[in-house]
Amino acid sequence: MNFQIAVLLGQDGVTNGAIYALLALSILLVFTVTRILLIPQGEFVTFGALTMAAIQSGKPTALGWLLLALVLIDCALDLRQMWKTGKQAGAMNYGEIKWSAIKIGYTAMLLVLLHSLTLADIPMLAQALLTLALVVPFGPILYRLFFQPIASAHSLVLLIVSIALHVAMVGIGLLLFGPEGARTAPFSDSGFRLGPVMLKSQTLWVILVSIALIVMLFIAFERTLYGKALRATAVNRMGARLMGISPVFAGKVTFAMATFIGALSGILIAPITTLYFDSGFIISLKGFVGAIIGGLASYPIAAIGAVAVGMVEAFSMFWASNYKEIIVFTLIIPFLLWRSLTSRHVEEEE
Amino acid sequence: MMNASELLLDVRQLRVAYGKVEALTGIDLRVPKGQIVTVIGPNGAGKTTLLSAIMGILPSKGEVHFDGRLQPVPEVEKLVGQGLGLVPEKRELFATMSVQDNLELGAFLRYRRGDRHLATTLAEVYSLFPRLFERRHQQAGTLSGGERQMLAIGRALMGKPQLLMLDEPSLGLAPLITREIFRIITDLRRQGVSILLVEQNARAALKVADYAYVLEGGAVAMEGPAAQLADDQRVIEAYLGLASKHQELLAS
Amino acid sequence: MMLKPRAILTLFILILLLSPLLLPTYQITLLNYIGLYALVVLGLVLLTGVGGMTSFGQAAFVGLGAYASAYLTTTEQLPDWLAWAGHSPWLALLVGIALTAVVALILGALTLRLSGHYLPLGTIAWGISLYYLFGTVEQLGGHTGVSNLPVISLFGIALDKGEKMFYLIWAVLLLAIVITQNLLNSREGRAIRALKGGQLMAEAMGVNTFRSKLVIFLISALFAAVSGWLYAHTQRFINPTPFGLSMGIDYLFMALIGGVASVWGALVGAGVLTMLKQWLQDLLPHLLGSDGQYETIIFGLLIIAVMHRSPGGLWPILMRFIPVKLKSRQLLQEDGPAVRLDQRRPPRQGDLILEAQQVTRRFGGLIANNNMSLQVHAGEIVALIGPNGAGKSTMFNQLSAVDTPTSGEVRFLGQSLKGKSSREVAAMGMSRTFQHVKLLPGMTVLENVAIGAHLRGERGVLSAALRLERAEEQSLLQEARYQLQRVGLGDYLYEEAGSLALGQQRILEIARALCADPCLLLLDEPAAGLRFKEKQALAELLQKLRGEGMAILLVEHDMDFVMGLVDRIVVMEFGEKIAEGLPQDIQTNPAVLEAYLGGAE
Repeated sequence: MNFQIAVLLGQDGVTNGAIYALLALSILLVFTVTRILLIPQGEFVTFGALTMAAIQSGKPTALGWLLLALVLIDCALDLRQMWKTGKQAGAMNYGEIKWSAIKIGYTAMLLVLLHSLTLADIPMLAQALLTLALVVPFGPILYRLFFQPIASAHSLVLLIVSIALHVAMVGIGLLLFGPEGARTAPFSDSGFRLGPVMLKSQTLWVILVSIALIVMLFIAFERTLYGKALRATAVNRMGARLMGISPVFAGKVTFAMATFIGALSGILIAPITTLYFDSGFIISLKGFVGAIIGGLASYPIAAIGAVAVGMVEAFSMFWASNYKEIIVFTLIIPFLLWRSLTSRHVEEEE
Repeated sequence: MMNASELLLDVRQLRVAYGKVEALTGIDLRVPKGQIVTVIGPNGAGKTTLLSAIMGILPSKGEVHFDGRLQPVPEVEKLVGQGLGLVPEKRELFATMSVQDNLELGAFLRYRRGDRHLATTLAEVYSLFPRLFERRHQQAGTLSGGERQMLAIGRALMGKPQLLMLDEPSLGLAPLITREIFRIITDLRRQGVSILLVEQNARAALKVADYAYVLEGGAVAMEGPAAQLADDQRVIEAYLGLASKHQELLAS
Repeated sequence: MMLKPRAILTLFILILLLSPLLLPTYQITLLNYIGLYALVVLGLVLLTGVGGMTSFGQAAFVGLGAYASAYLTTTEQLPDWLAWAGHSPWLALLVGIALTAVVALILGALTLRLSGHYLPLGTIAWGISLYYLFGTVEQLGGHTGVSNLPVISLFGIALDKGEKMFYLIWAVLLLAIVITQNLLNSREGRAIRALKGGQLMAEAMGVNTFRSKLVIFLISALFAAVSGWLYAHTQRFINPTPFGLSMGIDYLFMALIGGVASVWGALVGAGVLTMLKQWLQDLLPHLLGSDGQYETIIFGLLIIAVMHRSPGGLWPILMRFIPVKLKSRQLLQEDGPAVRLDQRRPPRQGDLILEAQQVTRRFGGLIANNNMSLQVHAGEIVALIGPNGAGKSTMFNQLSAVDTPTSGEVRFLGQSLKGKSSREVAAMGMSRTFQHVKLLPGMTVLENVAIGAHLRGERGVLSAALRLERAEEQSLLQEARYQLQRVGLGDYLYEEAGSLALGQQRILEIARALCADPCLLLLDEPAAGLRFKEKQALAELLQKLRGEGMAILLVEHDMDFVMGLVDRIVVMEFGEKIAEGLPQDIQTNPAVLEAYLGGAE
């Protein structure tokens, strides 16, 4: 291996590692706040990338209709709940109707935009924003429909629902986007030179946006009261409830953040990697490897672990490309071993 | 004796069951505005269960009226929003967050509704608990027992509650600190906060309270103005198992 | 009218025997698949439904069994050390089982000690790794796979057709079901069933829970490997696809849909999902107008619906409609006189049994116990009391070796408890009950109590699976029955423990503790939640035990109960002993009065 190859591999490693780090953070966030291991995190990535690709090719994706359907179900459930509690209390609280109207109006507006704009011609930033506006609402809605009713269930049940949701979403991805892979146009065409090697500008984009996002997350959690509220839920659920921070609120917000991070990651890597409807799983699993290295608790270690996963993956690509996945997933064994040796408590059911 | 219009909390026939076991069997309890009401009783009498049920943490049957409104199914988040604060027996602090963060989170719902005058309340809480100000950057998990209790109370005060429910505030605290806590409770009442105080330390509780309920075996065994109960021999018996002796004496 | 389980089973086997003669080949192939899947799912029922652990990696174990056999039976030039196992499917099965066992033990040792989430994540990781390994190793044919596997022959009959393999597959499956049920209805089985929700309790009764986890993990892996072996020689061709992670997920879905708590749920789940998949794969492309695995959408949503509505799966729902009493009490029924279990030599009245010497326990800056000393003698009841938060629970944990003192020492029967686990302490003759009742609500009262006698039996998993431990099992159950009669629960032997009233559940815990043949009983709030009559009965029982020389230490809040029963009282406040003495002295002790009622300023 010479320097040139090392730089190229390093470039791949850091780019992928940055994405894995974002996903690892998001997985960790959702896990600590809601106890859910968010297996469908990867589908948010593919949904983001494939929606962006569809928009760039000028097709109004059917994802908008799916969103509308889910929003309608969601509103129907909320209104039914409102009706029930209202009847018990003897007075209706009509606030839900306003919310439902806003949700439906928002979706309708998106649909109008999708079908009236010449999608392929609008600026790339607008395309990206449209993609995010379309994908991010899925997070809170999926939480509302599938996790909120069983929020206090055993964590094993949550995991199984999470896996089932992933399986269903892969199928839906196939239905909506078809079996073909997609690649989007890079954010900018120019490359830049590092020593003797030409690097892609997209790499820089990925790294910069990732770092910016991580810094923003850090500020949000350290400085804003909403961020602190989420942390508080993770630290002490009962304490948070007594402060009026409801688990439903925390769940919806974290799911929204997770979808945002996922979809944005998808938009970022779509110009570098060809993504298929089922590519998400393996990507999110690598985020999980990072999260496991962080012991499902530490954000910085998880991020570093995830970047390490990206590097290991890139270099094993060169030395033993056939064994790439095996090497990456075997990475967790020493960490499991270490955890196994240091933990000595007997596990009791929650 | 108590004017219904002044009632802040009015609990009627509250029942809680853990599976087949009835932990509370039809409790009636009232807290008038601006007063301290205490619920005392031996361990296992159902005091903590009572507070949890009022707060909506435990499912219950019966009626809970707070601030004139009937709570169809008491919901924690809603009640907090209406001005009910609970300082639980376990404190439930955010151990890995700083003292100041803990306090700020106490005002989360106010902030969410657009109230931005948190700094004033924070200053008030700090003046009430100067110790917390000294330790404001420290993690809550590193505080001593007394400081934790102060933080828990301070955090609840940040939400500007109309009624503060305190569950065993003296639990595990040394006598000096207990005295300090009770001094603060009296201070709070002077500032217009109504308090429902659950205590095992009966003598101290009866001293600060206006009205008292004695809970035994999940039911109200006695109630009356605190000053009267303080001298009642039956309270001591309920605590130390002298009741049966007493009966034996009567029988012989 | 109730149908007899045996009649149903006979009918079922009869139908199975006849099906190859009556059904077309296509249906038989489908049934073969169902049988193969059900074998894997059966392992998952054991692992997930009974043991409370989740694995997404079972498909990889299926692959190990299949590939081991494929490699050994088709490779021309095997390495010398393996040459003996070449070309015979049966020898290959042995190697496959050994290989799977080794892999499962290593993976189990790595993940089973960890908290709940690491196992499923770990299984996902190795599921993927093994799948890629099958696909990349050249000797295993890469992604094209291995073909021309030999036919299995049994008693000289070559099983070269689906109809013939059918008999082998279903015979193996039924055998596996029988073995599993035997195992679950045994001493080891009770330990396994305690894994879900009763691990702390089981450890206190002397069960090595880690070992129990490893056992069922191993069994489930072996079932999967055997299924893989059968699959390989039915198809006579394999490639990596059916051993990937998505199949691993499918296996788990089958278990969940069928009903993860019952061995028959495995069969239902495998059947329903296989048929549904066939049907959807035909139907959906028509509906949606393009090819693809759209059935996954339905499967995913179906699982979510099951988890929301009926987390127990379809089997419990089915059971509501079928008039059959499958719950067999036969296994627990008395079966003639059994040998009495050995008893340990009881200590003499007045011997020092338990002693705490200046025990201090700090948690960070908090001192939960400070310089606590106390003694308990044989034939004596001692109560540990004090206001809430006085440090009684912490002290209880020090005494029962759940926790270790920061300084000072606890001595039990003259030995220091330093470094001893609650398991070892149980073996020495200390037995306890719990403040919050810890029993297995779905198990019978008798079986719950028999867990207490765990350390008094020694027959292992293998003899349980083959029902060679019946004599010992009878002795254990007899002991449990005896203790239940002794505490007055003799009428409830076969009730579900969860259906008892709280007071009875507390008494059950005492019977369970007695089953261990202890010389010291530690009771954590035994009278909490008991009615007056029940308290009286409990007091009588404890007095009787005291008369027999038992040492008893109890933590209790109910003063009426304590004062009339115990010999000595130790009072704690702020982690320290503030008083010790006879009940009447304690009741008038000013320090105690102040601790309970607060200072009278």
